[in-house]
Amino acid sequence: MIQLKSIKKSYPSKNGAVEALSGIDLSIRQGEIFGIIGYSGAGKSTLIRLINRLEQPTSGRLIVDGKEISSLSKKELREARKDIGMIFQHFNLLWSRTVKGNISFPLEVAGVKKAERKKRVQELIKLVGLEGRENAYPSQLSGGQKQRVGIARALANNPKVLLCDEATSALDPKTTNSILDLLLNINKKLGLTIVMITHEMHVVKKICHKVAVLDTGKIVEEGNVLDVFQNPKMAITKEFVKQITHQEEADEAVDLMKQTHPSGTIIKLLFKGDSAKRPIINELFQRQRVEINILEGNISQTQNGAFGTLTLLIDGNIREIKSAIDYIEQQGVGVEVIQDAAQLIS
Amino acid sequence: MLHSLFPNADWSELWQAVLQTLYMTVISIAATVILGIILGLLLFVTAKGNMFENKIVYKCVSAVVNIFRSIPFIILIILLIPLTTILVGTMLGSTAALPALIVGSAPFYARLVEIGLREIDKGVIEAAQAMGASKWQIIWKVLLPESLPALSSGITVTAIALVGFTAMAGVIGAGGLGTLAYNEGYERGNSDVTILSTICILIIVFILQFIGDFITKKLDKR
Repeated sequence: MIQLKSIKKSYPSKNGAVEALSGIDLSIRQGEIFGIIGYSGAGKSTLIRLINRLEQPTSGRLIVDGKEISSLSKKELREARKDIGMIFQHFNLLWSRTVKGNISFPLEVAGVKKAERKKRVQELIKLVGLEGRENAYPSQLSGGQKQRVGIARALANNPKVLLCDEATSALDPKTTNSILDLLLNINKKLGLTIVMITHEMHVVKKICHKVAVLDTGKIVEEGNVLDVFQNPKMAITKEFVKQITHQEEADEAVDLMKQTHPSGTIIKLLFKGDSAKRPIINELFQRQRVEINILEGNISQTQNGAFGTLTLLIDGNIREIKSAIDYIEQQGVGVEVIQDAAQLIS
Repeated sequence: MLHSLFPNADWSELWQAVLQTLYMTVISIAATVILGIILGLLLFVTAKGNMFENKIVYKCVSAVVNIFRSIPFIILIILLIPLTTILVGTMLGSTAALPALIVGSAPFYARLVEIGLREIDKGVIEAAQAMGASKWQIIWKVLLPESLPALSSGITVTAIALVGFTAMAGVIGAGGLGTLAYNEGYERGNSDVTILSTICILIIVFILQFIGDFITKKLDKR
């Protein structure tokens, strides 16, 4: 649906050109929710603005729905933009228009007839759950409601692609989740391709199928959300993953346990997919004569499945511990030994 | 009572003067709005980083606006006498004051329009572009409606300045309350007529301010 081929973008400045994006290759499939994560200054905003050509690439090719966006004339570009909706961090609504008026704006721009416009606006208001607020002005709405208007407005002309520019960054966590649920729902219902840039891993985890990590103008890692979460390769990706696994707090708890239980064996179980749903600890208790103390655990649900970790302190005789670990591994759960008091590996 | 307070006032003459002042003010406001919005839009859209960025046009319009804004009004009237004579056929009377009033106030309003347009969030313009809006659609559907409260408060300020201008024009024969205060009041030593003219001007200004504030508040949905 969307292809970026060696896209480069640089801005002129006093000390020569500053490169914002240095050779981006990306392929986003129809119906996918694709997250692009990066810190501020990584070039995320530039990247998403290239897709509807609010920014002009310095070089490279960009294809959206079979159209070579980078070579369209101004008039063709305006037409092509009607197939690419966009929502923004600060909503960018017209404050002089009501909810209805704002949603009607792109339809007016596209030259839709008045009666049809009215009908379409009603459908959209229902789709984003703003019934009863049709005649409110943006200043009378909460942040979440404003973003709902933004979404309705972006969907008005039945686009094939929706670009989300930090769409939840100005919202509180609860509202963020409700907006993400709405986007996911729209993706499923309309088969819409969604590209979102964000600095919050939570957003990627919750709704994206695929993720690309952007660092100083380059994509440093890319793949299925579940794979990237379980197996982050680059340091920056690991940092982002830590945002949601609360790894630092877990490490502290484990460190404390190491001091108070120097004789215990500490292992970390790594679950993914279906193994995350099985009652492994229960089975372990019944089979093995070991004492188990749960130190820390978490589970994250992504669009490609669940993954989680569980850190255990195990006490008992060495044979029992060994066979417990064997049993866990047989269940398709990864095991990482953190403190090896029983000398399992020697 | 009124007669004892203002013994030298000729009431029908006063009424005539009020009407002339209102005539000059209203016509020049109307022309100023049109001219000022056109010039202000031109300044905004040709400025750096905007839709029709054009250094030459921007510099030229900006220079013209600045020059006419800097000339003291009383001198502007005199400078424009040849133009007025061509346009109106005479340099006396209320209609003859109009060219100078408009030329004097439109550039001032143009700057206020430009400031109002600059206050529009760039993100809103970007959003309209992202929806495929053409430049004209952006002007009509985004720039003008979104800056309406600023345009309205700007015209209130300009209108009040215009009332002052009409009084100045009155001194050199435009008619209205300025002429009344100067000819009948000052020159004949009837200070009561001068005061009466002043009161009438104040009332006009207060009414304009009230209407302006009311409309601005109605338009502002922020």
